[in-house]
Amino acid sequence: MTSFLALARAMLLGYRRDRTALFFTLLFPLIFLVIFGGLFKSGGIPKSSVVLVGSVPLVEQLPADGHGQLDQVLKISRTDDVNAAIAKVRSGDAAAAIEQHGNQLVVHYSQADATAAGTVRGVVESLVQSANLAASGQPPRFSVQAEQVEDKALKPIQYFTPGILGYAIAIGATFGAAATLVTWRQKKILRRLTLSPVKVPAVIGARIVVAVGIALVQMVIFIAIASLPYFGLKLSHSWWMAIPLILCGTLAFMSIGLLAGAKAKSTEAASAIANLITIPMAFLSGSFFPIEGAPGWIQGKMGILLGFALVLGGIAAWLFRWDDV
Amino acid sequence: MPASIVVNDIRKWYGDTHAVDGVSFTVESGEFFGILGPNGAGKTTTLEIIEGLREPDGGTVSLLGLPPWPRNAKLLPRIGVQLQATSFFERLTAREQIRTFAALYGTPPARADEMLEIVGLADKADTRTEQLSGGQTQRLSIACALVHGPDVVFLDEPTAALDPQARRNLWDLLRGINAQGRTVVLTTHYMDEAELLCDRVAVMDAGKILQLGPPAALVRELEAPNRISVETGTLPVDEARTLFPDAEVDDDGVSLTISTRNPALVLSTLAERNALRGLSVRGATLEDVFLTLTGREYRA
Ligand SMILES: Nc1ncnc2c1ncn2[C@@H]1O[C@H](COP(=O)(O)OP(=O)(O)OP(=O)(O)O)[C@@H](O)[C@H]1O
Ligand SMILES: [Mg+2]
Repeated sequence: MTSFLALARAMLLGYRRDRTALFFTLLFPLIFLVIFGGLFKSGGIPKSSVVLVGSVPLVEQLPADGHGQLDQVLKISRTDDVNAAIAKVRSGDAAAAIEQHGNQLVVHYSQADATAAGTVRGVVESLVQSANLAASGQPPRFSVQAEQVEDKALKPIQYFTPGILGYAIAIGATFGAAATLVTWRQKKILRRLTLSPVKVPAVIGARIVVAVGIALVQMVIFIAIASLPYFGLKLSHSWWMAIPLILCGTLAFMSIGLLAGAKAKSTEAASAIANLITIPMAFLSGSFFPIEGAPGWIQGKMGILLGFALVLGGIAAWLFRWDDV
Repeated sequence: MPASIVVNDIRKWYGDTHAVDGVSFTVESGEFFGILGPNGAGKTTTLEIIEGLREPDGGTVSLLGLPPWPRNAKLLPRIGVQLQATSFFERLTAREQIRTFAALYGTPPARADEMLEIVGLADKADTRTEQLSGGQTQRLSIACALVHGPDVVFLDEPTAALDPQARRNLWDLLRGINAQGRTVVLTTHYMDEAELLCDRVAVMDAGKILQLGPPAALVRELEAPNRISVETGTLPVDEARTLFPDAEVDDDGVSLTISTRNPALVLSTLAERNALRGLSVRGATLEDVFLTLTGREYRA
């Protein structure tokens, strides 16, 4: 037991002081998380921006909740210069420019972004309709309550976090196992260990425990960062089921790493093999993006490609064995 | 007391290379045993077969009464090994390194720190092993081999990278360990070291033992002439040749050297003539034995 703990400690210290390993297993995936989490923060349809020219009483006289609703779909700015506003529309900086001449609303729009133009026209028309209705003095019989569903469905951070965390764990487990084995052999420390009374299960067990420990630390750090209000990750009720999943995943990827480590003669070769296997897996499995968004051919051929990657990895392993005699 | 090590006709081939080619010897319990030989003689291979790190292609080994191959967990706590290629865990400091090794044997960390002190690495305890100098690395490696107080210690060229102070300190350490009744087996290229430390040495070349015995006996057996030298000019060369017709006389312009098997006569004659300026007398050493046995050519 003491030898098991001593080995685990030695491995953990070695990992903690390995800047390259720390970079690739923690910092690099975290950069992904921050970039993706930041870029795709809202996840909804981007708001159309609209320029109001001069005074547009129809909009200005809306009640407070009307303004609020409008702000959800339009980004409103103001100017007094018609030409400047139209130029903005022309250059695509704004979806539409709106003027009011007496009782008439004029909407300048460009067909370049048909969706945005359509949205703006729809909104303006409904504004006019409700203004007309209000002018007639009749209470409205039908009403619409618009509710955006994106927020209650999958926000990007909700799938980026597990995806990138999965990637980080895969990389950590694969490379960790591969590199430890190879460098320990290269540095003859395995030879030295065979001359000490340490038992083989203690060596392997220590490696497994360290890999699992690193994976759990990765999980804690990732979840902590993604849960920052800026990214807004929300854990659902059975989130802890991720722990056994992470354990299984770590062991599975570790076995890939152990295979690569057993075959490769140098650390570089080991990480090349590990790369060949894990990177295609990461992209094809949809750990970065939901696979539904991927082109059809990827979805359809994923299994084939995955098999292909594995075969490649196998060939690489076979080749590298001959490299170093 | 039974012998610590009994090696019987062990052999190891690497392709066409006969790295070890029928080696037999016995090391008694508590003995200090040395293996000498030029590069590639098969010293490391012999040692590694005895340690149980390599399987011999032929022959048998008994270490503390047990076969070391296949890996024998009962034997391992009782032996301490310093390999020729130093081997450490990555990115650990000297102290973490030796404490890890100590823990593998169930030795308390205090003992590990003590050992670090003994090999003079206490002030390098917090330095990573990658940043230690060659000699410091070597000392740490020896400390790791000794930390659990093994009965038999194997050291493969322990003093190879050490400075004169460290070498002498290590000799003291090894003599101390040996005095506690532990068996020590080492390989070395330093003949003075072997002569000073070892109860018996084996001289190896090309996988075979050429000679085995106490260093003094090997030197005596050689019956090499003594070399007596005085400063050039103390005695003219021609005169020396006529005085000592049986001796070999040579003058290199710095010293006049007389190689003789009768040093008493030469010395008394020189004393009579008051020709002793810069006198030095050199008897044969283990080095002469070694060179006589293994020749002067380079080894592959
Ligand atoms: N793993 C190996 N594969 C092939 N040949 C080997 C191997 N190990 C040793 N040899 C060969 O066996 C011979 C003996 O090697 P060994 O390491 O035992 O020599 P040594 O006496 O320890 O030399 P040195 O003084 O340089 O340490 C050498 O010719 C060497 O090339
Ligand atoms: Mg050697």
